[in-house]
Amino acid sequence: MTSAVELVIAGNSDVVIVRQQVRNSAQQVGLSLVDQTKVVTAASELARNALMYAGGGQVRIEVVNNGVRDGLRLDFTDEGPGIPDLDLALTDGWSTGGGLGLGLSGSRRLVDEFDLESKTGEGTRVTVIKWAR
Amino acid sequence: MERVPVLKLGDLLIVSIQIDLQDQSVLMLQEDLADAIVESRARGVIIDITAVEIVDSFIGRMLSTIASISRMLDAETIVVGMRPAVAITLVELGLSLGGVRTALNLEKGVAMLKERGGADPVAVPE
Amino acid sequence: MTAHGDAGQLRMDELLRAKEETVLKRWIDLAGATVGGRADRSVLAGRLREVYQALLQFIGEGGDASDLRGLLADLSRKQAREGFTPAETAAVVFSLKEAVYGLIESEDDVTALRGYIWLARQIDDLGLFTFETFVSAREKIITDQAEQLLELSTPVVKLWDGILAVPLVGTLDSARTQVVMEKLLQGLVETGSEHAVIDITGVPAVDTQVAQHLLKAVVAARLMGAECVISGIRPQIAHTIVTLGIEFGDIVTKASLADALAYTLRKSGVQVTQRADKHVVVGLERV
Repeated sequence: MTSAVELVIAGNSDVVIVRQQVRNSAQQVGLSLVDQTKVVTAASELARNALMYAGGGQVRIEVVNNGVRDGLRLDFTDEGPGIPDLDLALTDGWSTGGGLGLGLSGSRRLVDEFDLESKTGEGTRVTVIKWAR
Repeated sequence: MERVPVLKLGDLLIVSIQIDLQDQSVLMLQEDLADAIVESRARGVIIDITAVEIVDSFIGRMLSTIASISRMLDAETIVVGMRPAVAITLVELGLSLGGVRTALNLEKGVAMLKERGGADPVAVPE
Repeated sequence: MTAHGDAGQLRMDELLRAKEETVLKRWIDLAGATVGGRADRSVLAGRLREVYQALLQFIGEGGDASDLRGLLADLSRKQAREGFTPAETAAVVFSLKEAVYGLIESEDDVTALRGYIWLARQIDDLGLFTFETFVSAREKIITDQAEQLLELSTPVVKLWDGILAVPLVGTLDSARTQVVMEKLLQGLVETGSEHAVIDITGVPAVDTQVAQHLLKAVVAARLMGAECVISGIRPQIAHTIVTLGIEFGDIVTKASLADALAYTLRKSGVQVTQRADKHVVVGLERV
């Protein structure tokens, strides 16, 4: 299975579309109901982040396999202002966008692998993976 | 964009969320509810999320905000029907839904509000 | 492949086809002897006959072993389920070598000998493949059983109307705790129970992760509108929890399951009184 879906996040309704697509793919991978809910919630947080801080972006949803288990990889990219201090951005309660500050730190706890890259002025890329148990 | 309907039952307002919530719908529901509480002089608000598959920090914050606003307008908010998977996810996310009371289902939510209503003084005869 | 090899392969193909019945009979005898009397002879013969046909096809058409491998995988999975050892299963495949050797032993045929060497190499590969499939089939059986055991070992029981309990017994690992907690929360919704008792009397020790999972379950239940009580915490576990600095906060804990039951009954408005003649009488108190 190498099916990948790419979606553009440009408006509020796109966040809902991303959630639905991630749910479909998570079911396809065979994630448990709780794990599906976790990864969909993380996707919702990250998609909203891209919208709020960068005015939009895109996500690539892909089914992956590490030789033992299937998993779902979500790759969020945007060309926004970037994050100057990654450690600070990953702290619970830290927010510059008027949110609860749980978007990044919270979604990190909801997935198995979390990778954050950002360059000031160029954009941000968040890659997360949830493995099927 | 879909609007979430607010139903009136006696002195209670009941909101049953049946759609995948868009941020705009969430904000609109917040406003609609505040208006409805004042208009109907409701004593309690029940938000039924039985059909809601995910609650992220935005929707979670909406629930807390609605609870705070309605408390200010002298109405108690109870969120009912949260799915186990949603509850587990919220805990992991680090969201505590401060100030929101919860019940397992609509029936228990209504009973909880009635209990509170019973403690209120009745009109004193002249 | 060299010209010699090709010629040998062709010769071997001819031989295997011409002497099909002889080779097959010898193979079934040899294989039957390796697995002992435990195998049903006619079933084994049927399986080997199929494999032999696929082998002929593989040699004849050259190269495509997918059918053959499919059949062998099937064979080793069945053997695994029937309780044979991996060595026995691989030996079934290897015994084909001896069966075929009987064919060329009597003849002084260099081409056939080359073909035999080529075939022997193929059989080695297939035998190893069978071994591998056998092992992974065994692993699958073990994981399936572990899952079934998990289901069995974690019952959610009803103590009273509106009160559920999960008596946990044995060592808790992170995965098991998660499964139990999900089951408990699901049970709360299905039965509309507002109280739950997590009894860990039978749990010898907990680590940080397990303690965290228990804690999260209690918080999640609260988010859903239900209250959890943890009972039966052993002194060592209490010690661990405090030493690890895990905050149990305002979670209600009781020494025993009985205390927890009494507490939850009181909370749900049920009054338990003892009559003079020592019968326990239970009544519902209006709240």
